Parts: sequence; structure tokens; C-alpha cells
Amino acid sequence: MATITASAPRAALPGALRHRPVQKLLVLAVIAAVLVPVASARWTGSSWPDALTVDLTKPLGSASNWVIDNRDSSPLFLYFLGYVSNAVVLSVRGVYLTLLAAGWAGVTAAAALVAWRVAGVRLALGTAAAFVACGLLGMWVPTMQTLALMVVAVLASVLVGAVLGLAAGLSDRMHRALRPVLDTMQVLPAFAYLLPVVLVFGIGVPAAVLATVVYAAPPMARLTALGLRGADPEVLEAVESLGSTSRQRLLTARIPLARKELLLGLNQTIMMALSMAVIASVIGAGGLGDRVYQALASVDVGAALAAGIPIVLLAVVLDRVTGAAGDRLGQETRSTRPWLYVAAATVAVAVATRLGGLLDWPSGWTVGIAEPVNRAVDWMTAHLYSGVPVVGGTADWAAHFTTWILDPVRSGLLWLPWWSVLLIVAALAWLIGTWRTALTAVLAMALIGVLGVWKPSLDTLSQVLAAVAVTLVIGFAVGIAAARSDRCERLLRPVLDVFQTMPQFVYLIPVVALFGVGRAPAVAAAIVYALPAVVRITTQGLRQVDPAALESARSLGATSGQQLRQVQLPLARPALLLAVNQGVVLVLAVVIIGGLVGGGALGYNVVFGLAQGDLATGLVAGIAIVCLGLMLDRVTQPTERRAQKGA
Amino acid sequence: MRFHRKTALVAAAAATASLLTGCGAADMTKQASPFANAQGSKTVTLSVQSWVGAQSNVAVAQYLLEHELGYRVDTVQVDEVPAWDALSQGRVDAILEDWGHPDQEKRYVKDKKTIAPGGGLGVTGHIGWFIPTYLAKQHPDITDWKNLNKYSSLFRTAESGGKGQLMDGSPSYVTNDKALVNNLKLNYQVVFAGSEAAQITQMRQFSKEKKPFLTYWYSPQWLFKKVPMTEVKLPPYKDGCDADTAKVACAYPHTPLQKYLNADFAKSGGKAAAFLKKFHWTTEDQNQVSLMIADQKLSPADAAKKWVDTHRSTWKAWLS
Repeated sequence: MATITASAPRAALPGALRHRPVQKLLVLAVIAAVLVPVASARWTGSSWPDALTVDLTKPLGSASNWVIDNRDSSPLFLYFLGYVSNAVVLSVRGVYLTLLAAGWAGVTAAAALVAWRVAGVRLALGTAAAFVACGLLGMWVPTMQTLALMVVAVLASVLVGAVLGLAAGLSDRMHRALRPVLDTMQVLPAFAYLLPVVLVFGIGVPAAVLATVVYAAPPMARLTALGLRGADPEVLEAVESLGSTSRQRLLTARIPLARKELLLGLNQTIMMALSMAVIASVIGAGGLGDRVYQALASVDVGAALAAGIPIVLLAVVLDRVTGAAGDRLGQETRSTRPWLYVAAATVAVAVATRLGGLLDWPSGWTVGIAEPVNRAVDWMTAHLYSGVPVVGGTADWAAHFTTWILDPVRSGLLWLPWWSVLLIVAALAWLIGTWRTALTAVLAMALIGVLGVWKPSLDTLSQVLAAVAVTLVIGFAVGIAAARSDRCERLLRPVLDVFQTMPQFVYLIPVVALFGVGRAPAVAAAIVYALPAVVRITTQGLRQVDPAALESARSLGATSGQQLRQVQLPLARPALLLAVNQGVVLVLAVVIIGGLVGGGALGYNVVFGLAQGDLATGLVAGIAIVCLGLMLDRVTQPTERRAQKGA
Repeated sequence: MRFHRKTALVAAAAATASLLTGCGAADMTKQASPFANAQGSKTVTLSVQSWVGAQSNVAVAQYLLEHELGYRVDTVQVDEVPAWDALSQGRVDAILEDWGHPDQEKRYVKDKKTIAPGGGLGVTGHIGWFIPTYLAKQHPDITDWKNLNKYSSLFRTAESGGKGQLMDGSPSYVTNDKALVNNLKLNYQVVFAGSEAAQITQMRQFSKEKKPFLTYWYSPQWLFKKVPMTEVKLPPYKDGCDADTAKVACAYPHTPLQKYLNADFAKSGGKAAAFLKKFHWTTEDQNQVSLMIADQKLSPADAAKKWVDTHRSTWKAWLS
């Protein structure tokens, strides 16, 4: 879970706190008073002035042509990128063939035994059940393809992340240089990474693996650095006094002391990589993601779910096992003999299934879930879409949501003069953060204008704002309910787990069936995706409120409503702010994917760019998404960085 | 399988070694999928586009390749333009249904010679604007584009902002609709559903309630069997009238759909390549399979099996 570091130093000086925001706003007002008349006199109209845009269509188009024409002759490709690509293909292939050679029983046994060694009997049984379920769903081979890809991607991410983290952990200068980069990479929607990678490596597994690595390496780097920097100085001093060299210190003290963070980094990296598995299928990753993608093309929610469930199962199993391994640190015995038993047992099972001729998953042992699921979905859409008495159908809600909320917000944003948008961004970012974060946010927003995608970006922004508002209302309500009732929380937990690990794509078709095509379904999918994190953070924040404070409020005779309003909510403010920040980041990621269901705006441009191989449209939209994400993050992010992404 | 693991390891070691010594070139145009040829089987990788007609081609080809010729078939879903690129690099071996991409054809077939034409599919494709037949019965004159403005209020939705909505599908499809609306001075707004799945879902919802809609659509398409639709007449197509994409003011052409193979695969692909070159069926056949996949929700493999069982004489000719 994210550690919450509140603005503790500020609370100590209430006087300064009261005046700082006013000062900041005054400074901004002065700047605005000088610059705005100049700007609005020079460039009239509310949209970003044409004179200040740069058209990248030509250079990007020729860059893309150059790559395609020179891919088979330029030394850059022949002697560097070609090898990278080949190395990825060979290693994925190696892992895949190994998995196939082990057979389904061998893989299941190996996974269960490893889980048993690092996490105990219960998780071992769970792991075995998860793998068997993948086979039962008829997804064994795609699961192995995805697993092979994940193994390579996670190993590469861990390697890259650990090296970067080591550098940042040992050198202050590297730390300062890397931190903003890693911070930024964590808030970017995965969709924005795809196009540049595709351009260089073409559609296929190498591109998918590299996009995954770029997406999944930052948490590892960040947590490695955190672990190395957080080592107890007294222990280090003790080691130093023994006269060890700096390399010895690193290997014998600092890295072992950081084990917990390293494992947490591994856990985060695995989760990020898996969440990329489906998105990467757009650029030819194959495996489970591709099955989801293909099923959605024929509006087959059931088949999409059959391929989506193994992803969820893999994610849950890997999350729990690596999490349990982290908790068990320090208890294990340092003997390698059990691992030899594990290896021997695996080989024995694999050989036995080979001899028994059961290498492939038996084709009779599958359960078709597609049909019942589709029937349920059909029933839902047939009965809820429209004409429901009193409340109206979902299609009516969607239309009302679009005309009463999305349209006014969008036209409102477009009506605002461009300089006032910049001012608002600056004010919000500065009030919540420092002048540095404010400057980043303003520059990001200005870059959007310069790239000439001001209008679509504000369109996307309006969808994000509407979705975040709804997410927060529902999320806070559910979070408060869960914080106040244990039973409620227990009921919610598995639901949240599943919703959080479900590939975002699977949501898209049911929301179209319920809400039609347009921005409303994109917003609905975003809300469903962001809710679990918001609920979780809210619940946890409320539960961590100091019991003594609550007790004293109770002894003063406060009703439970008063306790909530006057004690719990104010004390949980940092957690609530974090929930807002997470909500915004997650909503943006899905609103972009909403381009596939008629969300339009930037998401559509990215989809268009990928589909038509049009780098100019796709990459510019990708950069705009990056800027928008950066701006939204800076505007909602309280002073200190959170430790990690997701809840 | 021990043998294959070893070969993979040896190959990996060799690659690393050559990477370290820096000698030799790695050709990015010759790359297969890492999942191909696993366990000593011969593998063919086919590109599946996102529409169901393309899935039908691939399903039947896959079934016959696997059951009659003993290949293992991998399929990858790729959009049209990137699929050309993947085909030229050998990441896929064949595209079975192409709707005409003159730029790519010039680049890869004529100039770089990395892609070879694989002959016609036998199906003729046509893109157009369609309205549901129940609407055409109510307003017989609506099927002429000149009368579309008169009825634009019928097609208004929350997304079209006061104008009529012309629904387009996936951004990957060939479309001139924005230019057409502009050049024919129609009071319509092109709304992109973003994917064909979303578009079909929306059309079915509309037709269930007998609501009016105007959509970009194409034949052959299985949905016509479920939602009968009538084409709106646009100004007739003449050769070259769509040359300048900004000034298009005419209908879409009728395109005989083409197959394309990777050039190396076409030369040395053995029986599989020969089979794919001969693969040739009718619109009727394709629709039968598509309908089984998309409407009866049969898996593509089951649908292909059903078709193969009843059309022996058709596919026997492809194998000879």
C-alpha cells in the first residue's frame, strides 16, 4: 500500500499556512496582470492561437518513412536494434519452449511447489488451482505464451530497474536526475507508449516486450533506490567501522537491508507488466491479450472473459505469492536443499506426463463459459437498455449524462480563453505543491497548445473531469461505508481485487451494450476502473485515523456522523488527496482507451495513429496525453511524492 | 523436446556471442514470431483483421491447414496498415483479405519486393452508407443522398451536436466520410464508434428499437442478415474520382478483395503457400461462416469445421 506522507512540517506553522496561499495567488495575479493584456491583444479568440503552434506532420511523416525504408540497410538497425529484437524473440521462444516441454502438469507442479516454498501451503493450493483453471477455460497455450512474454519482460524490467535504482541509490546526482523522469513515467497511460516502439520494431513480440519494459521498470528503479537510501545509518556505520570496502558494504549490508523494498518492487513490476499484457496485444503481443482483443472484435464478451480470467488469476497469484514472500523475509532458512527437492519433483512430474502422453492440455477437459456469460450480457442489455419504468434505461442515462454534463463541461472548457486555462492550472498546482510543480504543469499544458491539439485535449480533459467527479462521489461513499463496517469491507475485498486486475479492454464492450457509442461509455468504463483504488485508499485512510482522537471525540459526546465529519475526514485528508490523485491518473488511462468505443478526442487519435501507421497523428496525441497526465498529476499531488502507484 | 530446448539455448548463446563481438548483421526484415514452429511442427502465421469476414477466411484456412496439411497455425490480430508492415518483415506469412492499399502496395510489392500478391479471394467488397430497411420503407426518398439533409433531424444523437449522425467504425478502415459530408454539403456529423465491435453493438441496439440510423458499412457483412439495410445512393463512382482524398464527392468503388503473402513464404512456403494462393471462395460462403461465428457465437474453429464438412468439393480444389 502506498505510504502517505502528509505535509507534516506545514501543520506546525498554522500562521504561515494561512498566508502562503494568499501570497502565491497574489504573485500569480501580478504575473497575469502583466502578461494577459499583452497575450490577448496579440492573439484574439479563446482557443490556442495558431501563431503559436508547430506543425509536426511533415517531419514525423518523413521520419516514419525513413525508418521503413532503412530498416533493412541502416547500421543502426542491423547492428543494434536488430540484435535487441532478435534477443527478445529468442529468449521469449526459449522460455515458451521450456514451458511447453514441461507440459501442463509440470508447469502447474513447478508453480505450486515454488509457491509452497516461498509462501506456504494455502497459496500453493491456490496457485495450482489457478493454473488448472486456465487449462479448464481452454486457454492453456495462450496462457503459456503470455507467461513466456511476461517472464522475459519482467526479468528485463527488473534488470533495468535495479541498475537504474542502484545508480540512484548510490549517487545523489543520479537520484536528482532520475526522480522526475521516474515520477513522470508512472503517471503515463500505457497506451501512449505503444506508437514509438512500434515504429522502430514493427508490430510483434519485440515491440510488445519493450513497451512492457518501459512501463514496468520504473517501480523497480524507484523502490530499489528507496531501499538503498533508507538503510539504517547506524548499521552502515557499524559495517564501515569493520573496515569493509564500499563494494563489500553494498553487497553485505545495503542490499540485504533493502530486501523488502526490492521484493515490493518486483511485485509492482509484475503487476504493471500484466496490466500491459492486454494493451500490448494491439501491437501484436499474442497470447491471452490477443484472445481478448479478437473476441471483442466479434462482440463476444463471454470469450473475452474466458481469456481475461486467466490474466486475473495470474495477477492475483503472482501478487499474493510475491507479497507473502516479502512478509516471510528473515524467517527462511538459508539451505538450498528444499529447492533441489522442488526441482526434482518438477522434473519427475514433467517426465511422468511426457511418458503418459499428457503433455498438451487434454482437449476434453474444458469448460465453456462463453455461452452463459453472453446470455447474461444479452439479458442485461435487452432489459436495461431503455424503457425501464420510472428510472429510464441506461441509454437514456447516457444521453442525459452527455447532454447535461459532458457537453457543458466541454463547451465550458473550450469557452475559457487559453491563457485563463494556464492560469487556473498554475494556481491549482501552486496551491497544492511548489512553484516547480506549478511550472511543470503550466509548461505541459502549453506544450499541448503548441502541438496544435488544444481542442481534442480539452475534450479529453472534460471527460476526465466528469469521470473523476463521479468516481470520487461513489468512491468516497463506498469507502466510508467500508471503513465503518468490517462486514462491508470483507464483502468488498474480492470484488475490488478482481475489478482492479481485470484487463481494461474487457470493460469496453459491456459498457457499449449498456450506454451506446460515444463519450458516455468511455467515461463509464473509466469510473469502473478507477473506483477500486479510490475505495481502497479512502477506507485505509479512514481506518488509520488515530483511535485516541476518535475516542476523545466519542467521550465528548459526538454522534457518529459528527465523528466522521469533524475527526475522521479531516485527519484522513492526506489519504483522500491521494485517492483524488490516483483516481485522476487511472481515469485518464481508461478515457484514452475509450477512443475504441467512440470517446473521440486524443484517444481516437492514438487509435487512428496505430491503425493507420500514421506517426504524426498518433505520436502528437501521445505526447499530448503525456502532458495532460503530467498536468493532472501535478495539480492533484500534495507536496510529497507517494511511494508507488496503485493501491 | 529436450532437443528443441537445446537448439534454442545454442541459438541464444550464438546470438549473444555475435552481439558481444559485434560482427554480423541482424536483419530486421527476417523475423518470425517466437511462438512459431514450436515442438517441431511447421507453423504458418496468419494475420486476422478485426472484422468477422476476415476471421472466417482465417478460420477455414486454419482448419484446413491443420487438419488436411498438418500445419500448426498461429493467428495475430493486427490492423490493416501495420499488417502490411508485419507481412513485409515476415512476422506474419499471409493476409487473406485486403481492401486495397495502393501506397503500401507500391512500397512493399513494387519497390521492396518483400510482399508477393497471392491472387484474389473471390469476394468483392463494397463500402457505402446504409440505413436500416424499415426506415427506407417509411421514407422511400431517403435513399438518395440529395434528400439526406431533409431528414437530418431523424439522425440526431447526443454525440452529433444538433446535426444528423453518420456513424463510422474503426479508424483503421478505409473511409472518405468526413470529406464526403463536407463536399456534398450535408448537415451531418461523422461520429467514430472507434471499433467495429462498438459500431455493431450500437447498430443492433438501434434496430431492436426500430430507431433511425445512418452508418458507414460494407458488404460482404454478416450483419445484413440480422439487420436488413439499404444503401444510400451517393454520386456514382468513376475511375479516379477518389484520387484526391480531400475533394472526394463520389461513392466508394467495388473492390475485388486480394490476398498477399510474404515474398519468402510465397517462394519456400511449400504446401501451405500453394494452398493459400489457391484459396478462393464466394461471398455466400464467407457469410455462412461469419454468421456462425458472430451470431450463433460458435468458436471460429467450430464454424470452420461445419463449413468444411458441407463443402468438400470447394476446398478439395484448393489442396490439389
